[in-house]
Amino acid sequence: MGYKNKVAVVGAGLTRFVRRALETPRELAFAAASAALEDAGLTIDDIQCVVFASASDPFDGVHMKGEYVADGAGGWGKPYMRTCLGGGSGVMSLITAWYHVASGRFDTCLVVAEEKMSPAMPHPQGAFNAIYDQFIERPLGVNLLWIFSLEMNRYMQAHGIPMETFARVAQKNKRNGMDHPSAQASIAGDFTLQQILNSEVMAWPVLRLMVSPISDGAGALVVTSESFARRLSRPPVWVEGVGWNMDSSYWTNRDLAYPAYVEKAARMAYEMAGLTDPRRDIHVAEPHDPFAYKELHHLEGLLLADRGQVPRLLEQGFWDRDTTTGIPSSPSGGLLGVGNPLAASGVMKIAEIFWQLQGRAGARQVRREVRRGVAQGWGDLMQVATVAVLGK
Amino acid sequence: MEQKIRGGTSLTDHALTAGEALLTHWQVKSDYRWDAGAALSRFLEGLKHGQILGIHCPQCRRTLVPPRVFCERCFRPLEQWVPLYDTGKLITYSVSYVNWDATRRRTPEIPAVIELDGASPGIGILHLLGEAGGSLSEITARLGAGTPVQAVWKPAAEREGAITDIRYFRPVGG
Repeated sequence: MGYKNKVAVVGAGLTRFVRRALETPRELAFAAASAALEDAGLTIDDIQCVVFASASDPFDGVHMKGEYVADGAGGWGKPYMRTCLGGGSGVMSLITAWYHVASGRFDTCLVVAEEKMSPAMPHPQGAFNAIYDQFIERPLGVNLLWIFSLEMNRYMQAHGIPMETFARVAQKNKRNGMDHPSAQASIAGDFTLQQILNSEVMAWPVLRLMVSPISDGAGALVVTSESFARRLSRPPVWVEGVGWNMDSSYWTNRDLAYPAYVEKAARMAYEMAGLTDPRRDIHVAEPHDPFAYKELHHLEGLLLADRGQVPRLLEQGFWDRDTTTGIPSSPSGGLLGVGNPLAASGVMKIAEIFWQLQGRAGARQVRREVRRGVAQGWGDLMQVATVAVLGK
Repeated sequence: MEQKIRGGTSLTDHALTAGEALLTHWQVKSDYRWDAGAALSRFLEGLKHGQILGIHCPQCRRTLVPPRVFCERCFRPLEQWVPLYDTGKLITYSVSYVNWDATRRRTPEIPAVIELDGASPGIGILHLLGEAGGSLSEITARLGAGTPVQAVWKPAAEREGAITDIRYFRPVGG
């Protein structure tokens, strides 16, 4: 397809992820944005347009939060837009930047994703109640966890997956997160399977240590055209494919055992990247893992394993960071091991692929050779998938 | 070169409660009145009369509930209303020990996705289960995908055209 520009990621920056940040959303955005600019060796004067992402306004109690944060995100005096797809926002912000630059209209774009969940009282979870249908679901006294626990149980029952499998995912990601400089205190750690399985039942089968925390944080990326990227000192990482897809909001009518919309988004991205065999061509993956089961669900949707076969591969260490024959999954630690400031966590996943491909992931660097990776976001009423394939 | 991490200063609970962090508080009262719309008005009216209504798409041949005035797949208007049974089977369920504000519940709620008899396979609605046991082990031993359930209605005089006109679904048989 005739895109005007090939698009590169040339810089990334994150804040630490914390349960309650001292900084305001603007201040978090500024910290991440300036870190990413510094990483790219650029200043705000080099930036021609800005894409901002935040999943939700109700956490902050600020209407049209994109405008509120704009100054901290580097938006002053520039073409600026917000992209908003719930938990899928972070990866979508890179996709949005991609079409700003791929169109040929801009050579540089700053991507900033920020989420501050902690202000909502008495608990941020309440802000999610409004995702449910107001006529026939909310009167039942919903809470956010239901939709996930119902989906997880469906997935478990469809394939006969034991709870230990989900505990293994949480264990892997929480261990990986110990090496991430942004990891939220007490989220990462070396937990035994028994500790995870014995953690408090939230909404069975979801246990406390199988769910990502409430988090504040921000992440940023610098995205440029090929010609601009070639002038920079460090080899760029290319945006080789992007895909996104939406399932029905009649969520009780969906096949909860398989995220078909993730597959559609993945196929779109793989086709654009020219990948015919993702299990051969993808070398590292950052699937969206707000819940332990979602990592497995999404690895299937990303076509990196056959349906129902992800648990077996998990047992074999196929998804481990130090695998030499498998595909390391969530080497960052993911949302379970680093934290989940919704939109920012998607950018954290892209930053991880970026750092892995540049060989800069430090203690988290995967052992196998990596030339291409995939990051995936998921959100809304658990119906949207956003996928980006990055390569070097 | 190292990864660029900057900012994200953690506030402790102590700082928040002991006055070390300066806080501003704001409370908003949101109030909404929604029209139930063409499809759900009829659905809710049906519940008032003890009837669960679905709608059929002649093109994809799915019988859908909750009903809607369009098929999102075929993208055509729907008008073929179909009464469904108040019996069905579980697609999935959960045993929830948390409230919306993250406080703990002593007795769990059991939300479920239920495929009503008369609806197409995999077409479910969200509702609650009752009479399914008290403890987690009792409940999980009793319930599974495919468990048959039946609606327990409020008495006719108490129904008001709301999803809560069905008090809950209870497992039957087995």
